[in-house]
Parts: sequence; structure tokens; C-alpha cells
Amino acid sequence: MPNFAALTEAPIEFKRNARAALADGQLRRNFRGAMDFLMVKRAAQFADDEECEQLRAFGNRVRARALSRLPALLEQLEARLTRNGVQVHWAESVDEANTIVHSIVAAHEAKNLIKGKSMVSEEMEMNHFLGERGVDCLESDMGEFIVQLRAEKPSHIIMPAIHLNVGQVAALFHDKLEVDYTEDVDLLIQIGRETLRRKFFEADIGVSGVNFAVAETGTLVLVENEGNGRMSTTVPPVHIAVTGIEKVVEKLRDVVPLLSLLTRSATGQPITTYVNMISGPRQADELDGPREVHLVLLDNGRTQAFADSELRQTLNCIRCGACMNHCPVYTRIGGHAYGTVYPGPIGKIMTPHMLGLEKTRELPSASSLCGACGEVCPVKIPIPSLLRRLREEAARRADAAPHHVRGQGANHSTKEGLVWKAWVKMNTSPTLYRLLTYAGTRARGLTPANIGPWTEHHAAPKLAPRTLHERVREHLGEA
Amino acid sequence: MNARERILAKLRGSLEGTTPIADDYDTALVTTPWTYAPAQRVARLRAQLEAVHGETQLTTSAEWPARVFAALAERNIDELLVSPLTLHGQQLAAQLALNKGGLRLKAYDRAVETWKDELFFHTPASLTGTLGGIAATGSLIVWPTVQEPRLMSLVPPLHIALLKASAVFDNLHEAMHTQRWSEGLPTNALLISGPSKTADIQQTLAYGAHGPKELIVLILQDA
Amino acid sequence: MSHNSRGTGQATRVAPPREAARVYPPKPTDVYLFGTCVIDLFFPDAGMDSIRLLEREGIKVHFPQAQSCCGQPAYTSGYTEEARAVARAQLQLFAADWPLVVPSGSCAGMFRHHYHELFKDEPAALQQVEALAARTYELAEFLLHVCRIQLSDTGAPVKVALHTSCSARRELGTHVHGRALLAQLGAVERVDHAYESECCGFGGAFSVRLPDISGLMVLDKTTALKDSGASEVVSADCGCLMNINGALEKQGESLRGEHLASFLLRRSGGK
Repeated sequence: MPNFAALTEAPIEFKRNARAALADGQLRRNFRGAMDFLMVKRAAQFADDEECEQLRAFGNRVRARALSRLPALLEQLEARLTRNGVQVHWAESVDEANTIVHSIVAAHEAKNLIKGKSMVSEEMEMNHFLGERGVDCLESDMGEFIVQLRAEKPSHIIMPAIHLNVGQVAALFHDKLEVDYTEDVDLLIQIGRETLRRKFFEADIGVSGVNFAVAETGTLVLVENEGNGRMSTTVPPVHIAVTGIEKVVEKLRDVVPLLSLLTRSATGQPITTYVNMISGPRQADELDGPREVHLVLLDNGRTQAFADSELRQTLNCIRCGACMNHCPVYTRIGGHAYGTVYPGPIGKIMTPHMLGLEKTRELPSASSLCGACGEVCPVKIPIPSLLRRLREEAARRADAAPHHVRGQGANHSTKEGLVWKAWVKMNTSPTLYRLLTYAGTRARGLTPANIGPWTEHHAAPKLAPRTLHERVREHLGEA
Repeated sequence: MNARERILAKLRGSLEGTTPIADDYDTALVTTPWTYAPAQRVARLRAQLEAVHGETQLTTSAEWPARVFAALAERNIDELLVSPLTLHGQQLAAQLALNKGGLRLKAYDRAVETWKDELFFHTPASLTGTLGGIAATGSLIVWPTVQEPRLMSLVPPLHIALLKASAVFDNLHEAMHTQRWSEGLPTNALLISGPSKTADIQQTLAYGAHGPKELIVLILQDA
Repeated sequence: MSHNSRGTGQATRVAPPREAARVYPPKPTDVYLFGTCVIDLFFPDAGMDSIRLLEREGIKVHFPQAQSCCGQPAYTSGYTEEARAVARAQLQLFAADWPLVVPSGSCAGMFRHHYHELFKDEPAALQQVEALAARTYELAEFLLHVCRIQLSDTGAPVKVALHTSCSARRELGTHVHGRALLAQLGAVERVDHAYESECCGFGGAFSVRLPDISGLMVLDKTTALKDSGASEVVSADCGCLMNINGALEKQGESLRGEHLASFLLRRSGGK
């Protein structure tokens, strides 16, 4: 099991985790199959390339507009929600957020929480925090439920159990829920449904995330297919929504393009089964719905990303997961190897703000910068550029100003710095360049057969007998 | 300073000297590709709903109760959750009385806490109205009310919804704009596009995850 | 949704070029060639064949001998200062108003897109960068749209797989240009390979920093190329070719990738 970042101080051992994942053929087949499926479904939804490009550009503008007035929108959101009867809380750290949730739990003497899917609650390690305090948190999204039964973390932000195949789920249910072994997915889902149904109305509190928080109306928009999100936010007497401060949009109509981009990019659906718009608790004459609704707004490094206009684009994210579905690295190693709540390309640019670059030092480099993520991102986050930027922040001296990212200089190496200095010398001095390339090509016979990691998968590269520079001199004369 | 003030101060500091981006909302982008000829509107909605295992039936404002009775009979369901306070609830009850059918009508007339067990385990079907539909995505607009609370469209395994053909909009933007949602949303507003589903086990789609296993939309062509 | 759609996970996505429609000038009398460091040291034939193709089009090719590297290795590694120093040295070399032709997508992309980022805080240099970017062309694009080359095939029937580097594909649309050029060759049948749009795993330093992942990516790429039925592999990017050919050699395969310029020249009657 890969190490998970939030529970330890040690850096995430991405390379070690990845090596283990690559050795697991079943895991790789599960991911390749799943990612192919999701890529094909997304492509079918965006058959009109022109429409896709225009909508992505629009989505980008809607998010950028919201961020350009974020503090004012957060205040407006808070005012509207408060007017609607929702209690709004602010937390700078996950500890603060957990403490807020726990205080609500304590006030109600709650023992059982039922959770709709929420990545921010994963970010908070809420289950762990409350569990240590004797409060039981049960995941109700089928994928999250499966992952929780296995004492694992989600391996994908949209499809938490995507690393498992049906046989593995069948064995799990047989083992943990004491039902007959079956690989019939309909039956397995019915088992999950029956197991969880009673839990919804036994729960003291329901917890959910938020997809879009609308400042104009004070509305929390949640999208889902299963109905567990509606259950969790409707049946228990108290609903706690947790979300990042970046999730706010200015106007209700802004949800229209973002919703379309989200569901089509994530799972290739024109829309999810449910779009659940919550604007307040149960009114006096209503017969269901929570009597209390709370919203916890979490910072946890988001203000750091926000402080730099380039890195701020990270906060455009609407959590569709398309970047991971299209990532050749994620496809091969799966979500757990990242050791972070948010895996894949978006996780690599988001997590350094949450955990600092010391812990996440291996992540920004774990990309060939192929650009597949940026190409599909529905809100046009330039993920490859931001990966490069974080590499720069990690390579800079820790004390160099200005300071943008916690853990700046985590990969700073005097030795590597000297190598690049020498590289600059060679490539800015034509005389030196000619001399060195001449020497290199003439010594080509001396290339060792084994040159570090490269020759694990490649024959040793051999320099040409004569450089292009030389041959051009012969062909065109000195220029 | 508390957390709220510190967060807002940091954000404000980061925006110092910048101008908020103007709202250049492009309505055409979210409407033009999702616009249908009047004759195609309902067909589009049906196709989209049926693609996700929603059942649709074209019927009329006089004939629909018979469709409800038939659907329930077909499934051997003898009990229906329906509000006696709505016009459609009253129409159904009147029709049922005329038919002298054996169907029991049950009202959601008390707070959920008092009858959770019955609602969750002994209520096989429900009937609700809708505020309209959306052709582009095959969605129902449902705003729960005191008469038809939130869980009516969620807990019973079969949900039957009435949809007036005249209330089918082309796309979400049109619905939102025409019905002036931003001027006042209820405590809970919903878009429902098919029965509950999940693909969380090896991307295999299964219906009836936590919500209804079946959704039947009765489209009233003359309403 | 059934599982049946999964088989199409051959997932070859051929997105159209993302650059705004570019207006192409008439064929010039002179061009600069930027040879790139990888071609200089490992694939000089590709550079020479690029020159010969351009000369055959009646263009005089200028190759400033002071050129070295576009700066990309340092840039993608996060050594921005160092990349800028090397980029600055290249900027001085192409003073005349001739197009700059680059027989490598990722290096062309550096000139066209990333120098802007490197020099964003230097107004004077930025002007120079923008002017140069506007006249920088990846070789395939230049042959197709500026030279309006007409190739006639002189070779025997052959099946060819085209691999396009990720930056060439996504920053420049080279996959479209490469396909159009190959389509001019009558006896050449271009065949698709599985996951054609997927990265070969090179990514510069990525291939040595994360050899396990990179190694599996290039294994998958070479397998797809071999399984495509193609007897030849061409690419307009020598970084990928170094990766793909190095892996093929290690695997004991005889198949090798060839630079598009060399292939086009050879098929259309040589020099």
C-alpha cells in the first residue's frame, strides 16, 4: 500500500510507489481498460470540435472571472447563504475544518455520519479525524463504499474504485458483507443499495462536497448519478457541506457551461442523473430536508496558489478527472501511486500548494509534458506549463526571492545547478560548442554500453561520426 | 483576525491592482447548439431520457391516470405515494374511485422522521408533477414542495413524473432564464435525468443505485 | 452503456491543429535552418536531408554555425535562467527576415510558443521573439504550406506508420501536416497504430528521471508500431526517434524510425 501524504511528514515516495504499481499487471489492465472507456465516452460527447473548443474557452473565462473577484464573491455567497438559513464556516487548514465539523457533530451528539462523495473531505482526512473521536463515517457512493470496505483511498476523483475489477469487488462483498459470491454487477449494486439504505436514515448527519457554489443565489450545486448525494443531503437532520474556497461562481447562469463541461468531460454524459441545487434548510412547513445546513469553506493552500497569477489557474479546476483519464502516466500507474488525495496531472499541480514542495518534490517531474491533460481540460488549465513552473520553484534556491510556493527549493541541488551552468557555457560559446561536439563525435566509440537509467530500456545512444554543423560547413561553407 | 478575515485579506492582497474580469457571458454558446424545432423538442427529450433507461409515454391530460394504473398493474404494485393536495393527485383519486380499482393511495403528509421505515421499505412507487423538462439533456425540472417533498422523487423504487409538453424547454439556459430561477430558488431544486445509476464497478452501468430503479415520464401532449 | 465501446480504446485522437489559422507567405528565396542539438549530434542525416529538400524547392538555406540548442532541456527541467541564456544566444543568429525552418516539432514549438514566456519581462527581446516566432516553421508545415511541395513517389509500395511528437502535435499540428505530405506519395500507405496520439515516453529528462514509467511507455509505443503492419516508421522529431530507436535496438528488433525529411527525400527521387 502506497504511503499517503497527509498522515505522515515524510516525502511521498512516488517513484517507489510507481515501480510497485507497474509490477501489478492486473492493476495496469484495469486502468488501461477504464481509461480507454472514459476517453471514448468523452470523445463521443465532444464530437463537434469547434463547439468543444469554444465551450472550453468559455468555461475558462467563467472560472477566471469568478477568481478575479473571489473575495467579493465569497462574501456575497456567505451573505446569501446566511440569509437563506445556511451557516457558513471558514477554515484555513484541514485541522481547522475538521475541528469545525467535529464541533457540529458534538453539538448534536452525533455518532453516525453518512457521506456523499466529497474529495475535500478526503483532503481533510475527515473519516480518520472523526473516527479517532469515536464518530463513525460511512461512505455511500458505491465506489467510495467499496474503497472504504477495502480500507483504501479513492484511486480516481470521479470513479473511486476504478482500480478494481468486478471479480475483486465480488470477493470483497463476499468477504466483508457475507453475501454469496457473485460477479453480476446488478446484484452487487443491489447488495450495496440494501446495505446502505437503512444507514441513510440512521445517520445523524450527512456530509457532502460541492460542485459549484453560486454567489448570486446562495446555492450549493451537487451533481451525481446514484442518488446517494441527494440522500445524504436530504435524509439526515443535519447536512454539512465542505468545499474549497475556489468553488464559487458568480451567477446561477454560470453553472450552465460549467455543468455541461463537467459531466461531458468526466464520464461522457450529457448530464448526470441528478443535479441537486440546495439553497437552504427545511422550512417550517416542509416535511423533509435537513433542519440545519452548514457550509465549511476550506483554504488549505488555495490562497497560496491564488497569490500568483500563473499558479492561480490551478484553481479553475472543476474536478472532472479528464486530465487523469488522458494521462499516459496515470493510465499506467493508477491513482494510488501518487500518494495524494488528488492524483494525476491536476493532483501534481494542486497538491504542492496543499502539502508543500518538500513532501511533493517528486510529483512535478513525473510527467513527460506530453500535453494530453491540457488538451482536454474543460477549463483550459495549462497543466504542462504549471508543472514546468513548479519544477522551477522546486529547483530554485530555497532562499531566493520572491517566494511563491511553500517548500521552494525542495529539489535544489548544487551539483545539478553546476551541470546546467556548464551546459549554458557550452551552448552559448560557439567555439566551445564546436570543440566539445568535435571531441564527442570523435570519441563515439568510447560510449559506454551502460549509461544509467537510460540503458534499462534503450540501447546506448551513439553520437554521429560528424555533427550536422561540420557537414553543413562542407555543404554550404562557413556561415 | 479570524480565519475568515485572514483568508479574505490574503485573497484581496493577491488581487491588489487588478481589475475584475468583465462578464462577457456568451448565451449563444450554451443555447444555439441545443436548439430544436418545436416538433423535435419532445422527441429529443424522449430520446435522451430513453438513452439512460428512462421510460417515456405520450399521453393526454385526460388519459394519463389510466397509464399510471397500467404501469402499476404491470409491476404488481398496489400502492402509490401521491399528494391529495395537488390537482393531479385529485384527478388520479377521482379516476381511481370511478374505476373502483384496488390501488391504495398514500400521502406524504407528515414529517419524514415519523415514517422513515415505511417510506424507505414499504413504498414501492410515487407520482409527482414537474415544473418542466429540458430537451437537450432529457431532464425533468423538479422543485419539491410542501405537497411533494424532496424524497418523493428519490426513495420509492418507481418514480412516475408528469410532464406538460408545453413546458419542455430546449436547454437549461432557456429554462433557467424563462422561469427566472435566479430571482428565487426553493430550498431544494432538482434536475432529474433518468433513474438512479452507477458505473462504479468496472464501468458497468447498473440502474437503481440508491434512488429509483425506474423512472416513467408521462408527457401530456395537450398540456 | 455496454462494454462494447471499449474495443475502440485504440483511442487514436486526431484533433485538428489548435493554432489559430496561420496565414502562409509565398515561397521565399532564402531560409534559415535551425538544426537542433539532437539532430546535430545524433541524426545529422535528418538535418542534411532537410537542407536538400529545401534546396530542391529552389530555396537557399542558411545555417548560422553559432547555433546550438533552443534551450528546451533546461526550460522543461525548471532551469529557466539557464534556458534563457541559451535562448538569448540563438535569438541573435537569425537577423534577416527569412523564415526559420526547424526539422523538429518540440524545438519549433520552443521558438513559436515558449520563448515568449522566457522573455516576457524584457520588452526589447520580446519584440524580437515575437517577430521570430511569426516566421518560424516546423519543417513539415513549411514544406506543405509555404513551399506547397508536390512530391512524386518513386518507391515501391510500402506501409508506413507516422509518429508525431506530443509538442509537435499539440503546439503545431504537425500530425496533420505529416499525414498530408505522406498522402502525396502514391505508393505509400499510411497505417494507424494503436494509441497513436499517446506520448512515446521520451519527455527529455523524464526518460531518465522516471525510467520505469518512461520505459513502459516506449515499450507500449514500439509494440503498437510493430503491430501496426507498417514496415517503416517515420517521425519529424528526433527526440522521439532516439527514444523509439533506442528501445527497438535494445529489444533486438530490426525496425527503426526514420526522420520524415529523409523518408520524403528518399521516396521522391533523392537529391
